[in-house]
Amino acid sequence: MSVTTRQLAEVATLARLQLRAEQAESVTRSINEILGLVDQLQALDLQQVAPMAHPRDEVQRMRTDEVTETNQRAAFQAVAPAADEGLYVVPPVIE
Amino acid sequence: MNWEVVIGLEVHLQLATQSKIFSGSSTRFGAEPNTQASAVDLAMPGMLPVLNEQAVRYAVLFGLGIGAEIGQRSVFDRKNYFYPDLPKGYQISQFEQPIVGKGSFTVTLSDGRRKTIGITRAHLEEDAGKSLHDAIPGASGIDLNRAGTPLLEIVSEPDIRSAEEAVAYLKALHTLVTYLGISDGDMSQGSMRCDINLSLRRPGASEFGTRTEIKNVNSFRFVERAILSEIERQSDILEDGGVIIQETRLYDAERDETRSMRSKEVANDYRYFPDPDLLPVVLSDETIDTIRASLPELPEAKCERFKTQYGLGDYDAKALCDSQAMANYFEEAANAGGDAKLAANWMLSELAAQLNANNLALHQAPVSAGQLGQLIVRIKDNTLSSKMAKQVFDALWQGEGEVDAIIERRGLKQVSDSGALERLVNEVVANNPDQVAQYQAADEGKQKKLLGFFVGQIMKASKGQANPKLVNELLNQALN
Repeated sequence: MSVTTRQLAEVATLARLQLRAEQAESVTRSINEILGLVDQLQALDLQQVAPMAHPRDEVQRMRTDEVTETNQRAAFQAVAPAADEGLYVVPPVIE
Repeated sequence: MNWEVVIGLEVHLQLATQSKIFSGSSTRFGAEPNTQASAVDLAMPGMLPVLNEQAVRYAVLFGLGIGAEIGQRSVFDRKNYFYPDLPKGYQISQFEQPIVGKGSFTVTLSDGRRKTIGITRAHLEEDAGKSLHDAIPGASGIDLNRAGTPLLEIVSEPDIRSAEEAVAYLKALHTLVTYLGISDGDMSQGSMRCDINLSLRRPGASEFGTRTEIKNVNSFRFVERAILSEIERQSDILEDGGVIIQETRLYDAERDETRSMRSKEVANDYRYFPDPDLLPVVLSDETIDTIRASLPELPEAKCERFKTQYGLGDYDAKALCDSQAMANYFEEAANAGGDAKLAANWMLSELAAQLNANNLALHQAPVSAGQLGQLIVRIKDNTLSSKMAKQVFDALWQGEGEVDAIIERRGLKQVSDSGALERLVNEVVANNPDQVAQYQAADEGKQKKLLGFFVGQIMKASKGQANPKLVNELLNQALN
């Protein structure tokens, strides 16, 4: 499996990564080398092996449904890049 | 040209927990912005999610309510996308192993037809925050109070064939989840939001056409209108020989049209993978049985029971089972009053009209079920005529006290003493010899009309308190 420079540009758009034009070729090459490694792994017969997402054989513990948090807005907004009228302020996003 | 409409719905249901799905922040609606957003909800570095057991319980309750397979082992995944109201850069959701698997749901349509709609799955996930585009000039404001509110996403099979079926499905779903008590179902607060997947094909075709997805429609009426306008848009394109582009669209209620939001072809890769911060959720048989034992009587079963136990007609039974609160009110009033049919009639006419006129929900009604029952007792024992009963009901509504006290204070007792009534009847007959002569000369049709005159006179003389049934009997004896 390998990717083209164009596919890489699409993934970069999805990930909101800025890829400079002069980087495109070298990054594509590096990624294809990594994918080459993945190809080697693909050669393994894993039919009988269940995917392991979690290394330990434990199950999720749960908490009771209680409100335990208090309002910390002032503290959080003191370290935010921008806040106004209680809202976090970001560059305009309209779809 | 004829098109078959194919619709699948994704419903996002906010679960009625006190706290969020992965943090101890409150989920209360309407708070000041960002006052219910903790370090976990804000995705501060090092924060870890801890799962709310009530959200899991509610999801299982829903699954059991629709007879679905319960995922005894379910896994949380990360759904990756970038948007400012999603601080982590991913939404915790479930992908390959949802908590609720295949089930189905049968709804009744307006023509009485029954339709079964398959449920593909239902999974737990967290809600995102809210982006406000008008609050701050030249910028967007982010409120993260909603971020982390537990959602159950209920995905239907593409089994729905019209706007009417879609609305019937949503209404039935709404009734079910409020019965189960797993959501307040308040659509004006976004507790139930709906994405519509819609495509058209030729009748009899086996392949589906290209579909569009209409996002975030939040009322039954808008769902209906969005579907109708999208059907029109797609059929116009197809009939002109065009092709439908697979995309996400928004419904604009003001213009009553859908418009393109973003093309899904490129943006669709959410790169799901299991969330390493959360372990698999495993539910034992005992846990599921305990939840099953807490299932309330469901709407359809209750409706059937109302028909057999109380002898109600289909229409009344359905109307009374519309909500758990309504059904409970009915049963209490029917039992207290000893007459189910009367209880149903009063609830669906007088009570419903007053609630409507005052824009109140049933639990806000100033007349309790016990009071309505007492009113029915007084109708049944002939203390009150139906006209008087309306007066007493209005007095109850105004908070004037209990039924018997109102009757006493207003002197509303119906006269059913035949001796006293006979005197009145004879008096009226004696005072109106001309009408008596007319009556005796008249044919049957005309007699009826004249009888009304006498009844009116007697009711007037008794200040409206004579028992009309008895008056009719006595009059017939006196005149014939």
